[in-house]
Amino acid sequence: MAILINQSTRVMTQGITGKTGQFHTRMCVDYSNGKICFVAGVNPKKPGEKIDHIPIYATVKEAKQATGATVSVIYVPPPFAADAIDEAVDAELDLVICITEGIPVRDMLRTRYKMQEHKTLLIGPNCPGIITPDEIKIGIMPGYIHRKGRVGVVSRSGTLTYEAVAQLMEQGLGQSTCIGIGGDPINGLKHLDVMKLFNEDNETDAVLMVGEIGGSDEEECAYWIKNNMTKPVVGFIAGVTAPQGKRMGHAGAIISGGKGTAQEKLAVMEECGIKVTRNPAEMGKLLKSVLR
Amino acid sequence: MKIHEYQAKKLLREFGVAILDSIACFSINEAVDAARKLSGSTWVVKAQIHAGGRGKGGGVKVAKSLNEVKQYAGEILGMALVTHQTDERGQIVRRLLIEQGADIQKEFYIGMLVDRSSQRVCLMASSEGGVNIEEVAAKTPEKICKVFIDPIEGLTSKKIDDIVRKIDISQSGASEVQILLQNLYKLFDSTDALLIEINPLILTTDNHVLALDAKINFDDNALFRHADIEALRDYDEEDPMEIEASKHDLSYVPLDGNIGCLVNGAGLAMATMDIIKLYGGNPANFLDVGGSSTSEKVTEAFKLMLRNTKLRAILVNIFGGIMKCDVIARGVVAAVREVKLTIPLVVRLEGTNADLGKKILAESGMKIISVRNMGDAAQHAVTAAAKGE
Repeated sequence: MAILINQSTRVMTQGITGKTGQFHTRMCVDYSNGKICFVAGVNPKKPGEKIDHIPIYATVKEAKQATGATVSVIYVPPPFAADAIDEAVDAELDLVICITEGIPVRDMLRTRYKMQEHKTLLIGPNCPGIITPDEIKIGIMPGYIHRKGRVGVVSRSGTLTYEAVAQLMEQGLGQSTCIGIGGDPINGLKHLDVMKLFNEDNETDAVLMVGEIGGSDEEECAYWIKNNMTKPVVGFIAGVTAPQGKRMGHAGAIISGGKGTAQEKLAVMEECGIKVTRNPAEMGKLLKSVLR
Repeated sequence: MKIHEYQAKKLLREFGVAILDSIACFSINEAVDAARKLSGSTWVVKAQIHAGGRGKGGGVKVAKSLNEVKQYAGEILGMALVTHQTDERGQIVRRLLIEQGADIQKEFYIGMLVDRSSQRVCLMASSEGGVNIEEVAAKTPEKICKVFIDPIEGLTSKKIDDIVRKIDISQSGASEVQILLQNLYKLFDSTDALLIEINPLILTTDNHVLALDAKINFDDNALFRHADIEALRDYDEEDPMEIEASKHDLSYVPLDGNIGCLVNGAGLAMATMDIIKLYGGNPANFLDVGGSSTSEKVTEAFKLMLRNTKLRAILVNIFGGIMKCDVIARGVVAAVREVKLTIPLVVRLEGTNADLGKKILAESGMKIISVRNMGDAAQHAVTAAAKGE
């Protein structure tokens, strides 16, 4: 069933009345089974109203009870976004996708801490979202560039993920699910968590893993792959030319104290038997070369 | 966001962390007056720049007389201070801190930072203070003790006890360190800090604990709720191009090369720099115009990039998603007209409305090298830049 989401997933939008939330919900509704999948919006001040045909509820809990939605996507502005995640977690949703960029680190530390006692999974924040092509798209990626297939994609960025997808398509390769886990330093699902899901998924044959400078998520994932992964994985890490101590657009893309360099990540990935390319124009070709 | 040592110390004092008396100065006369006001016969004259390693670079001097204060202040003010954290041109010193001298018995290191793997604030302490902590971490990692702080329960006295026991400090010093750590975490948490370093924390000969240096970095994303901290921002310490970029909501980082890059999205922008390098060229900058750009924003981005006189070619790499390629193309055409571009321009448009975008470029009658994929784009840009040198 691909991973995390498919055509039977039911989704609510937190922040549906804002310009961004409204625009992207429409785009998601228009994609594949979106009309059936997107069933609710949340805004405490506008319960009973509708955006297009989607009913708005005052709370996540009410939206869940009324519609059966178990997944939420968040477009709430940064000062309030962590509270929005907390609300979805308290309502025991299965999955929350937070698109919002610019949430304070302290807010995310608290939110992640509280999440420990709940089952809810988080994708993001500061991410493009998740798509299971030709079934459902939850997020801001251009849906039409994807096709259903058997390659999993996990990445920390937005447009670089689209680039990767376009390269796969050029090789005639569709995708099972594509996930952007986000460019923030404190986030939900990491490369490793997504990799485990792809490993278990019988609709995924191989995984393209795209990383970037900062942190050590890619290394942790690589070590796990070495001992556990039963499917081929290829990788690219952005930022070989990034200078030390400078934030490269994403809050989490920074080499600090000499740690988190692209070279280091690439070396660990290679050491763990993952085929990597240093050429971002050859991600698709590389993936094709490892298919059995 | 970074602040100066003297600003950090003011915050430390507000939060009850002991420091020596000190006065920030902007001129030699102010420095001498400050030394006069501070009691004692020894003063430390410290350059205030946003980089570490100031002592080794000659930016920190101990003065034994007012004459020496005057001499050192004169030497340090206005100097281009080069440290391992600045570039080779160094950072011009515009502010000084005059501080009382201290009788040091022992030096320690205290650090607090957000640890990404554990998703906790990590408190680090070491008996190896006053030296480069990265070296300690590399050579003798066992000498750095760490505890991880739960964001809800805060820094507990048990965790403080654990760490203080490990850093080998006298009984009387230990109780002062305990209070200091408690206050330091309050400061960290309530100001949305990302990093606090006290290096060194000292035990004086009369057994008191003091923060002798202080470095604090704050979360840019949280500045909306800390106007007082945002007011401490010193624009002199920042790259003027980066300041200009942030005014237009662009993310810009200068690099050493001669190929300007204009890209949407941080990951793709880094990958574009990387592929230029891979193909034998050198990127001049990181520039992310963001996911929801307008033609005007693209024009601003162009103007900004072109302030760099070293540019020999420009590579625009756009993967249109929500942002449409025709919008970018219009921005590019407008920018080329406005700035009367003389260097080669390579544009790669892919994704939403890419064909429409390319049509706009072609019909503009301008000399634009329009390509379909990223590899070709980099190849063309590198070749063009090499010809231009």
